[in-house]
Amino acid sequence: MKNKDYIIEFRNISKSFGEKCILDDISFYVKKGEFITLLGPSGCGKTTLLRLLGGFGNPDKGEILINGENITDIPAHQRPVNTVFQRYALFPHLDVYENIAFGLKLQKVPTDEIDKRVRKVLKMVSMTDYEDRDVESLSGGQQQRVAIARAIVNQPKVLLLDEPLAALDLKMRKDMQIELKEMHRKLGITFIYVTHDQEEALTLSDTIVVMNEGKIQQIGTPTDIYNEPQNSFVADFIGESNILNGKMVRDKLVEFVGHEFECVDEGFGENVDVDVVVRPEDIYIMNRTEGAQFTGKVKSCTFKGVHYEMFVDTESGYELMIQDYNAFEPEAEVGLIIRPADIQVMKKERTCNTFEAEIVDENHVKFFDETFECKPQDKFAAGEKVKVEVKFQKVELIDHPEEGMLSGEVHFLLYKGDHYHLTVKTDEGYHIWVDTNDIWDKGDLVGINIAPKDIKIVKCDD
Amino acid sequence: MTKRSSWALPYAIFLVLFVALPLILIMVYAFQDGSGNFTFGNFTKFFKDADAIGTFALSLEVAIETTAVCILLGYPAAWILANRKLNKSAVTIVLFIMPMWINALMRTLATAELFHVLGVQLGKGTLLIGMVYDYLPFMIYPIYNILNKMDKSYAEAARDLGATPWQVFWKVQVPLSMPGIISGVMMVFMPTVSTFAISEFLTNNKIKLFGTIIQENINSSMWNYGAALSLVMLVIIGITSLLQDNKKEVSGGTV
Repeated sequence: MKNKDYIIEFRNISKSFGEKCILDDISFYVKKGEFITLLGPSGCGKTTLLRLLGGFGNPDKGEILINGENITDIPAHQRPVNTVFQRYALFPHLDVYENIAFGLKLQKVPTDEIDKRVRKVLKMVSMTDYEDRDVESLSGGQQQRVAIARAIVNQPKVLLLDEPLAALDLKMRKDMQIELKEMHRKLGITFIYVTHDQEEALTLSDTIVVMNEGKIQQIGTPTDIYNEPQNSFVADFIGESNILNGKMVRDKLVEFVGHEFECVDEGFGENVDVDVVVRPEDIYIMNRTEGAQFTGKVKSCTFKGVHYEMFVDTESGYELMIQDYNAFEPEAEVGLIIRPADIQVMKKERTCNTFEAEIVDENHVKFFDETFECKPQDKFAAGEKVKVEVKFQKVELIDHPEEGMLSGEVHFLLYKGDHYHLTVKTDEGYHIWVDTNDIWDKGDLVGINIAPKDIKIVKCDD
Repeated sequence: MTKRSSWALPYAIFLVLFVALPLILIMVYAFQDGSGNFTFGNFTKFFKDADAIGTFALSLEVAIETTAVCILLGYPAAWILANRKLNKSAVTIVLFIMPMWINALMRTLATAELFHVLGVQLGKGTLLIGMVYDYLPFMIYPIYNILNKMDKSYAEAARDLGATPWQVFWKVQVPLSMPGIISGVMMVFMPTVSTFAISEFLTNNKIKLFGTIIQENINSSMWNYGAALSLVMLVIIGITSLLQDNKKEVSGGTV
């Protein structure tokens, strides 16, 4: 399919460095003139993807198209894109003017034209009169401006920005965000921006691509991403949120924190387990308890500048984060209301752990290269391929990795109001999901045990 | 004098005894005749002596040629060593640097012996080969060091701005490695311009270098003339090192 509104298309891009898969089958397109941001935690593959577009490295699989033309095998210096590098990479042996003119001189642009264009971009980045300065004598913010000028002076079709503001302090970063947005409007070219800062992404972008572990989690406008996150990773990564286990009772009725709430979502089915996201500013908190949907007791209250951030224990045993302009003292009994439109219901990615396994004998089963004892069974013969299901709360984590059947590392954690939902990555690279009330930190090394009675063997359906 | 600055005293004494004093003595001797009277005679003698001037010019020529060959051979070698795609092991670097571990005199003697076995006529050619062989590691090492430490993003930025690999090399990598080249030039040029042992062994004393003349004069107790010649050479070396200091400032002192 060829669409002339698309300036860039990524098609099934995969890339590994050694054993580690950095990008896993990435496909999306970028519209002409768009400000698109690749957003994700460090190591999610966003910078690698940008570098592939710039021509630094080749994808293992897939192709990249610019204006409908496959550029996967075209070397970096022939691509119609320019990059603003994270550490600027200004040439220390050249002054500001020569740095900016570098690309134009290579293209053999006439000297007077170079002069005109360099002065124009210098004005655009408010660096007039800095032509003769040594780049190493400039401040971080000024170097940043020169780096942008050096890229845009070549009039690329697409400007790539690799965390360009990461090295600046907060105030300067805010100012530069406004200027970048303005520059994008004036130039009318496509910007592809990489950042791990969700606020920056929300401020600047027309479209955000949220990435994690080499996969796209969600693509959408900033408001889409913020108001309707598609999974708990996006909800947790973008802004503050309460992520809770819930059950879709029927269309437009969802149950969580022990109450039923009207909502606007439908089509999930009846009595289906779901994840529910409620933003802290969307929970209305008040003094009196009559007329409230549910009630709770304030646990803590912190002043955050614009608002107060409160943690409230509901009477059903959940902890919720609430942001409000009014402060409620700790120990205060409060009433809470959530409006239907403020409840975001998400399909659960999984409701229990499911592993591929092989029967060893009537009371042993092998998965993750390890043999586990299970309840005696005679339904399956030795050597048969089966699936093993283990409930999240039945996986036991222990402090000493060497004492577990498996060992691994806490990879990701999510607070669900009354418990933590952890993703544990085993040493062999498998994922196990665990619900626990114990407090673990990201990166903790743990042992993993599963009791024989909690291993449920089911038939392979394929 | 504070307690800590007194730690510098042994070094100060060393500098005075073995650097400052000999230099002063060379100056004093250079401007004296045999009976201790002040004179410019030693210098006028040198500038009128066609043989001495010729040897001086030949020394400069050999030193410049050696340095040039060392850059031509050493830069690509350093570039390959610093390129992780081409050179995956640290062993190759050690192999290149290893000749520096062996005494230069022994290497020179061995080289001379090798030419003898191969039946190569000793002369200017063998002198140059020997000099390059002796001093090449001193050119490779500083260039390798600077290329190895060079931020890869400069090359990427240049490619991003449309430079072909060749242009990246000439317009970014070479200028940025100038401090390494200059260090290499200093480390090769200075000893080659003043050497005498290498020419003695590798040309069988057929070719005399400036160092040889100084040595001969001093050996035959012509202290004053020898000192004057030494001073001329010091000035030449001094000029070369001035070149380095200026260049350093231009490039922002990145060594």
